[in-house]
Amino acid sequence: MSTVIRIGTSTCGQAAGAESVVSAVNAYVDRRQVPVTVQRTGCLGACHNEPLVEVTDNDVAVLYGPVSPERVSLVLDRHFGGGGGRWVDPSWILSRRPDHDDFPFLARQTKVTTRLCGVIDPMSLDDYLANGGYMALRDALRMPPEKVIAAVKDSRLRGRGGAGFSTGTKWEITRRQPASPKFLICNADEGDPGAFMNRTMIEGDPHRVLEGMLIAAWAIGASKGYLYVRAEYPLAVKALRNAIRQAAEYGVTGKNILGSGLDFEFVIKEGAGAFVCGEETALMHSIEGQRGTPSMRPPYPSVAGLWGYPTNINNVESFASIPSILLHGPAWFAALGTEQSGGTKAFALTGAVRASGLVEVPLGTPLRTLVEEIGGGCKSDRPVKAVQLGGPSGGCVPAELLDTRIDYEDLRRTGAIMGSGGMVVVDDTTCMVDFARYFLTFTQDESCGKCVPCRVGTRKMLGILTKICHGQGTHQDLERLTRLCETVRTGSLCGLGTTAPNPVLTTMRYFEREYVAHVDAGLCPAGICSMRPGTSTRAA
Amino acid sequence: MHRRVSANPIRRFNYQGDPLAEPAPADLMEILDRYRGQRDALITVLEEIQARYSFLPAKHLQYASRELGFPLAQVYGISTFYNVFKLTAPGRYQVRVCKGTACHVNRSSAMLDHLSEKLGIHEDETTADGLFTLQTVACMGACSLAPVMVINDQTYGRMTPDLSWEILSELVATERPRV
Repeated sequence: MSTVIRIGTSTCGQAAGAESVVSAVNAYVDRRQVPVTVQRTGCLGACHNEPLVEVTDNDVAVLYGPVSPERVSLVLDRHFGGGGGRWVDPSWILSRRPDHDDFPFLARQTKVTTRLCGVIDPMSLDDYLANGGYMALRDALRMPPEKVIAAVKDSRLRGRGGAGFSTGTKWEITRRQPASPKFLICNADEGDPGAFMNRTMIEGDPHRVLEGMLIAAWAIGASKGYLYVRAEYPLAVKALRNAIRQAAEYGVTGKNILGSGLDFEFVIKEGAGAFVCGEETALMHSIEGQRGTPSMRPPYPSVAGLWGYPTNINNVESFASIPSILLHGPAWFAALGTEQSGGTKAFALTGAVRASGLVEVPLGTPLRTLVEEIGGGCKSDRPVKAVQLGGPSGGCVPAELLDTRIDYEDLRRTGAIMGSGGMVVVDDTTCMVDFARYFLTFTQDESCGKCVPCRVGTRKMLGILTKICHGQGTHQDLERLTRLCETVRTGSLCGLGTTAPNPVLTTMRYFEREYVAHVDAGLCPAGICSMRPGTSTRAA
Repeated sequence: MHRRVSANPIRRFNYQGDPLAEPAPADLMEILDRYRGQRDALITVLEEIQARYSFLPAKHLQYASRELGFPLAQVYGISTFYNVFKLTAPGRYQVRVCKGTACHVNRSSAMLDHLSEKLGIHEDETTADGLFTLQTVACMGACSLAPVMVINDQTYGRMTPDLSWEILSELVATERPRV
């Protein structure tokens, strides 16, 4: 094996300037005439250290970051001589081992769905095949569909979009429907602000998602699969288009796939920027070319979905888990997690935390491990105040509950939710009232307007929160806010509305004193709210 | 979606003679012809029109309605429901400030205020010279590099108000001779 230089060029890498690093590396290689392969990869997850450059050889693997274009020749001289032994800042060396076990951010993770992200070239089918790609599909096509479904059920994989419904059971229900054709939808409309799990997976390892969908198609008897990708993810769309073309050439889409009799085709649908389209019925309306507004359930999509036909909708991460389940067995996958939920979950760890990025851990891991051991605590050296999970649909878990295990039920008990994987850490410079108001601004803006509790309720809630942030709130406002939360939660049509009060409810539950300080003393303890009408926040 | 829609494009929908007396431009027809008869294609059609013209010209929506048989109300409904569709011509550079959660707690609003003041425009407005349109975006998914600014397709991470203006100033400097 010759020397390989890998550079992470996902959206996050590009934002950190990875393209100019690629140019600098190529220029270095040309100038020095060193025999290496320069490879563009997805993101390893250590986004805070980007741009990332990894140099691997037979027995050497050194991961560097952040590598600016100016640092390129310094770093590469270490491997290819020259430069007269110029000094490389030791802090740029993140890991010296191929398994990255000496890099705390990666060492504590268990990578299943993101195993190849940042390792392979996402545009290369050969890279995927060389790492066991499409082996699980070959296995699955030799099994009766019922056995595939049984394996997925046994793995205790639950919906990674956040709802946590058993994936195997959902497949079984869809399979049992007499109507045909049946459709598959991969929900990649990752609209939660502060979440980028799906983006990283698609940009870093797109074939894994396709393979998961193909296995689902076999199990369910589906003939067409839609990938609904968010408009803000152009690189992800590009990676998928390329992967679908390669899959067709390789013979894993189209007619009679690998001689199994399965016919299946992929269609990419680009979203058009509406958060509510992450909700499954709204998403289906959007695919049908209509406004993305939700419908009453039941009937569930499994029974009557796209154009009235049985439709199985799973999140990107659920599909990405499937190949590993079949390759390593459902028992292996189940053992990774807890009694109720198998496998791992990816989180987008961001906010005030020192080391931020994409993190994948087994279910059952305490929140504290993510925040303190992987994330390294707050970059400000201030104490962690809370962790916000699940974006605008989720809630805040206060610092004293950091030992809560990451599992659907455990998190729900705190008032927060698992969500799709957004995890924002805040320190004591964040005002929780302003934080709740931030999420309400978002949900109010994104409410599709179909049902009154959501359309009017979120607006009224936002009004009250704004009043409080301006120092004009009263105790009566707090009571009214609590009551409104209940109305919106119980009265709304879809998940957007029913979960919209969560950020308010959890901050009121754990940080009531801050609300009271705003109301009684006209003070914002964190010093964020201006306490004056007409201004949003104090100047940073 | 509670979106502010400037009055101009709506007014242009008013009937003034036959706005479609002329045949549709050839490049528009090329898009429409590819989706003729597909009932689920309206969003994709509009995305393609916007990709070609950088926004949705009112007349083109009328052509799309007539050629593909969608009621104009439905075409207009879709165009205003989804955030990506723009009914007015954007500036040469579309500056989008991310207001995702991570960007919010890292003070992206200060960057937005700064750019707004320096450019002399509010959110969703375009500078008089047609160079810059200032917008916000819910999340770009580059949260570890918050706060993030996007200019056309280029993403800039780890921004500060001053740094973001510096980048825009460089664009102004390169564009000046041409404008």
